[in-house]
Amino acid sequence: MADNISVKDIIKPENLVHKRSSVMTDNIMHYCPGCGHGTTHQILAEVIEEMGIQQETIGITPVGCSVLMYNYLDIDMQEAAHGRAPALATAIKRLLPEKYVFTYQGDGDLAAIGTAETIHSCNRGENILIIFINNGIYGMTGGQMAPTTLEGMKSSTTPYGRDVKLMGNPLKITDIVATLPGTYYVTRQSVHKPGNVRKTKKAIRKAFEYQKHNKGTCFIEVVSNCPSGWKMTPVESNKWMEENMFPFYPLGDFKVPEE
Amino acid sequence: MEKELRLMKGNEAIAEAAIRAGTDAYFGYPITPQSEVLEYLTAEKPHERTGMVVLQAESEVAAINMVYGGAGCGKKVMTSSSSPGVSLKQEGISYIAGAELPCLIVNVVRGGPGLGTIQPAQSDYFQATKGGGHGDYRLIVLAPSSVQEMADFVELAFDLAFKYRNPAMILSDGAIGQMMEKVWLKPQKERKKELPAWATTGKTPDRERNIITSLDLDSYKQEQFNIKLQEKYREIQEKEVRFETFQCDDAEYLLVAYGTSARVSQKAIQLAREEGIKAGLLRPITLFPFPSTEISEMANRIKGILSVEMSAGQMVEDVRLSVNGRVPVEHFGRMGGIIPTPEEVVENLKTKIIGE
Amino acid sequence: MTEEIIIAGFGGQGVLSMGKIMAYSGIMQDMEVSWMPSYGPEMRGGTANVMVILSDERISSPILRSFDTAIILNQQSLDKFEQAVKPGGTLIYDGNGITRHPERTDIDIYRIDATEEATKMESSKTFNMIVLGGYLKIKSVLKMENVLTGLKKSLPERYHHLIPMNKKALSRGMEIIQKTMQENHS
Repeated sequence: MADNISVKDIIKPENLVHKRSSVMTDNIMHYCPGCGHGTTHQILAEVIEEMGIQQETIGITPVGCSVLMYNYLDIDMQEAAHGRAPALATAIKRLLPEKYVFTYQGDGDLAAIGTAETIHSCNRGENILIIFINNGIYGMTGGQMAPTTLEGMKSSTTPYGRDVKLMGNPLKITDIVATLPGTYYVTRQSVHKPGNVRKTKKAIRKAFEYQKHNKGTCFIEVVSNCPSGWKMTPVESNKWMEENMFPFYPLGDFKVPEE
Repeated sequence: MEKELRLMKGNEAIAEAAIRAGTDAYFGYPITPQSEVLEYLTAEKPHERTGMVVLQAESEVAAINMVYGGAGCGKKVMTSSSSPGVSLKQEGISYIAGAELPCLIVNVVRGGPGLGTIQPAQSDYFQATKGGGHGDYRLIVLAPSSVQEMADFVELAFDLAFKYRNPAMILSDGAIGQMMEKVWLKPQKERKKELPAWATTGKTPDRERNIITSLDLDSYKQEQFNIKLQEKYREIQEKEVRFETFQCDDAEYLLVAYGTSARVSQKAIQLAREEGIKAGLLRPITLFPFPSTEISEMANRIKGILSVEMSAGQMVEDVRLSVNGRVPVEHFGRMGGIIPTPEEVVENLKTKIIGE
Repeated sequence: MTEEIIIAGFGGQGVLSMGKIMAYSGIMQDMEVSWMPSYGPEMRGGTANVMVILSDERISSPILRSFDTAIILNQQSLDKFEQAVKPGGTLIYDGNGITRHPERTDIDIYRIDATEEATKMESSKTFNMIVLGGYLKIKSVLKMENVLTGLKKSLPERYHHLIPMNKKALSRGMEIIQKTMQENHS
């Protein structure tokens, strides 16, 4: 009878469909409901766990919503100034070449204030992984226009929609990065559906494998949502992302090594 | 390897001393009058000599943030630049101070503001000693006045930086950077293998994860952290003041000058004494911590002080604070890249202090 | 003993390297030395100068307004530094291209036509060594053997085959001044 089923009966190893990675801490995340950051953190932690490289991994957090990422991943991390994560990563990797080094950056951090650091670290072919979360808006500061904000898209600094004549065009930085000889693996993914989550996780795993063999910069863009900034429910925001973000930022590989 | 005598430019001496001090990495960007540092390092192939990493960054901003990353791994990391470039580095320096990371920043100062001139100046004193970037922080600032000190202060700066987990700066100028003098170089030191416990080197099971950050959104905790920083600066003020005096025993008038100005002032004292004026020199070697107590004591037995600087008068404010109105304190300096002559210093000592 | 020297001329005349060799020579004699160049864009083709101080004591200011010796290699530098020679000091200049010759009477003035001589010797690059030779003869601060060691120290090894030619130029400079001195005395 249903009355007799306890929590213990439900939480059995054989019933487990999802568990938090052991590389995640017990801290409660500050991210908004429906945000893609939590999922991306989780799969990144899973890859680190599965590869057994927790002791060898150093991450760099950006300025933006994921600034406090070091509270959630149980690895050594450095928190960079806005846009400078690839510079930190460059030094860390060159000084500790045996370690796995990644940066985790949002669109404002990576494609506006940190454009120079992004381009030049990719162009030098630094053996690092750059994870780029693109949700077309500045989340932490309260929904201002990002370099990747779509034409016509509303934000707190484009209250009537982004007018490209006045505010410039959305920047496809991943396309640029893919043209640089220093990058080895460049892809654009999402984490809004289980299939996409699996693909993104696979991409992260591949990138770390390449890093082990000093192949050059790996760059993974994750097109994501921002329910709070976009002023939508999580479900609405995912639908809006599919209908508006994906046509402009189509998912898929840009640069895949021949194997 | 024995100590070695060489004739070197100040900039080259910094670079060679950095290799010999076992520095792990240098990140820089070209700017006159300090480009010889990066040029010397790339020519010397320190990677082959000691394994030292040398990289020309895409900007001064990137270079200082590379320093942050390397320092966060507990490594001995440095950068160098000149005034406009050091302005660009201020953001990174503030973060480094906020994250309590040890590192070395060299400023071979040129005249400003703006693009200014490429000729020597001392107009970055405020920037170097009062913070420079945002927030309440201090750098340990060393002011070499010879090529020998350019070399010697590299190791000293690193020692102090690691002792206090605080960024240290060598505040030089275009004259000392470009001039050649005899320099005794120390034997090669090995790069240290042991890294500090706080460094991000990969989390091992025996410890908590290490986080390098300057962020705390909890105001109460942030205030506590600031109080801790201030205590550290007080300790540095108590223990690390360095200065040199020259003919002060019988002095009636005191010149206070650092770096190139101190060299000029030393000659000025010789000229003044030939005219029967009993002048002495106090040369601060550390600009932060400033030798306030020593200047204050000296104010008890002299008639007046002239602060000689290649600026509109910056260090003079610290001299005045030290003296607290007991004797006249005036400033003499040239700006825009002009180095005052010893004769000018004597003239100004007479008109501004002695009252002739 | 302290000798305060300014060397000034066009960029490319070997002004800085002459100063460097003097500084090296000073070190060979256990002296304190400083070498303070003018630097910047003006060095690329314009006028260049370097202040060299050789002393038995610790050197105070490396930047000076007056000098014991001025070595002048073009007209602009002569105009700029003639008045900077201390009374009783020495001015050595190359007559090539000079239209207004030095006029002071309270200093010793030596003309050495090193450009012309270097052309005769078919080694225009050793022009500055002829001038330096002249200086060695006039002022007995630096010894020839130390200059040769200094030269060896300051030149990269791949240029060491040029040392005999430089030595010849130094000797030639000394001869020229020797002759001038004798003429002045007769």
